[in-house]
Amino acid sequence: MSEPILRVDNLESYYGPVMAIRGVSVEVHEGQIVTVLGANGAGKTTLLKTISGIMDPEKGTIHLEGESIQGMEPDQIVRRGVIHVPEGREVFPLLSVEENLLMGAYTRNDKAGVRNDLEMVYGYFPILKDKARQAAGTLSGGQQQMLAIGRGLLAKPKVMLLDEPSLGLSPLLVKEIFTIIKRLNTEQGVTMMLVEQNAKVALDTAHHGYVMEIGRIVMNDKAPVLAASKDIQEFYLGVQEAGERTQKRWKKRKTWR
Amino acid sequence: MDALQLLVSGLANGCVYGLIAMGFVLIYKATEAVNFAQGDMMMLGAFVALGLTNEHYAHLPFVVAVPLTILIMAAVGYLMDAVLLRRTFGQSQIAVVILTIAIGFVFRFVAGVIWGHEPQSLESPLAGRDIRFGGVVLGLDEVFVIVVTIALTVGMYFFFARTKMGVAMQASSQNQMAAYYMGIPVKRVHSLVWALSGAVAAIAGILFASKGSIDPATGFLGIKAFAAAVIGGLGSLPGALLGGIIIGLVEPFSARYLGGDLARLMPYLILVLILVFRPHGILSQVQAKKV
Ligand SMILES: Nc1ncnc2c1ncn2[C@@H]1O[C@H](COP(=O)(O)OP(=O)(O)O)[C@@H](O)[C@H]1O
Ligand SMILES: [Mg+2]
Repeated sequence: MSEPILRVDNLESYYGPVMAIRGVSVEVHEGQIVTVLGANGAGKTTLLKTISGIMDPEKGTIHLEGESIQGMEPDQIVRRGVIHVPEGREVFPLLSVEENLLMGAYTRNDKAGVRNDLEMVYGYFPILKDKARQAAGTLSGGQQQMLAIGRGLLAKPKVMLLDEPSLGLSPLLVKEIFTIIKRLNTEQGVTMMLVEQNAKVALDTAHHGYVMEIGRIVMNDKAPVLAASKDIQEFYLGVQEAGERTQKRWKKRKTWR
Repeated sequence: MDALQLLVSGLANGCVYGLIAMGFVLIYKATEAVNFAQGDMMMLGAFVALGLTNEHYAHLPFVVAVPLTILIMAAVGYLMDAVLLRRTFGQSQIAVVILTIAIGFVFRFVAGVIWGHEPQSLESPLAGRDIRFGGVVLGLDEVFVIVVTIALTVGMYFFFARTKMGVAMQASSQNQMAAYYMGIPVKRVHSLVWALSGAVAAIAGILFASKGSIDPATGFLGIKAFAAAVIGGLGSLPGALLGGIIIGLVEPFSARYLGGDLARLMPYLILVLILVFRPHGILSQVQAKKV
């Protein structure tokens, strides 16, 4: 297979003395959706923050199109084409919906291109066009998630990092948003790294998946293979084998949905 | 003095308070800390202008001295952040506040060393001229203060609402983390807000000094302007101007009708009343950061 567009090798990041991710290696190929699954506290957000330059890694490398980007300032990394759609939407509450979207294009100078992409985003999320002049803080959770994704798209990313877009949304909304995520990937060719606790919907959407537990990658395979695996099925079906004694802690976690 | 003249001179004073108060608000919105050197930045701006244009000093033409002063004070604001305040990142806001108080002392000291402690007046082409219409005589300097303040307020409105940098400044103050995620260089944006507040302080200083004398202690006016900012709601630029105008108007009218002692107390009396009955100020935006 060709060289991955984003390649993370042996990454380690700390909060003070606490190691949050331990030797994580992940590859994302152009045009793919790669998901990283893991329970609450596994280190998924830390991984994304380290890739987008919000945190600096202690060890390891991150390459975008072969160029090493670890330790760069976030604005440098955005300019190189990695945009992070953060956990919990993080919109600008008092700015209008359209101003929020245009802040996604902060690092761009091609006005015509930005206009085009704005219309493209409005095409995928018509509700954002209806509410373009409204303050983002007045939107519902689902609408704010759409706004956060749309804002990320306006950066014209080579790789979009999506942190738990399903968080706190109704199953219907989750379905709607993931349908659009899939369409963005197939129709617009947006490459994505999608971090989720909701394994089912993530594996339905992604091409490839990793499973993360306490800061480490413990599984890695094509999405359909992972979806069919017994361990994964146990998690999201909530089934637990009787007499299970294994030391692999991720097998016992019940926080999966 | 006739009531209209009282009104105009009160408005002019209020505009100066309002401009200093806007400086407080700019910094408060960007960093959630109060810059207690704001009044001293105004004083320093006034002295820089005086030093550039007065006959006794550099004697540059007024129209050259003014933009130069604004540029210098913008640079002072930028450097205050880039060199000093940025280093307090991650520390408590008390640390920032104490640092700004210390910077204020330094500015007063520097101004005293360079320009002395005697009150001086800015040699402005506006000083001492009058405008007459009907039977009313108004000081040109006071009318000028009001006109410039209105123009500056409108200009700032358009800057914040319409320019990419202005919206990015708002974005960084509303959700700093998200601003980082969008690739906004938040630290530089902060420094630019400080530059803007330095420029506004320079304009306030020039306006103040063109209608009265200044000395290094003039910066203590900042306390009154801080009261104005709180009255307007610390997070609101129009509120700051409104708060300044309220104080500017209350002072001369209460001095006239209630006597001097009470008049000096009035700004703080209003501050206390606002804090009790409308603790977020008159025009505050009460916001929920995360929804
Ligand atoms: N700001 C922080 N300070 C200290 N520890 C943190 C911080 N954020 C996360 N952690 C810890 O790092 C680990 C990984 O967290 P995180 O990356 O947020 O996990 P996830 O996104 O998978 O839920 C957890 O043990 C968490 O407690
Ligand atoms: Mg997380």
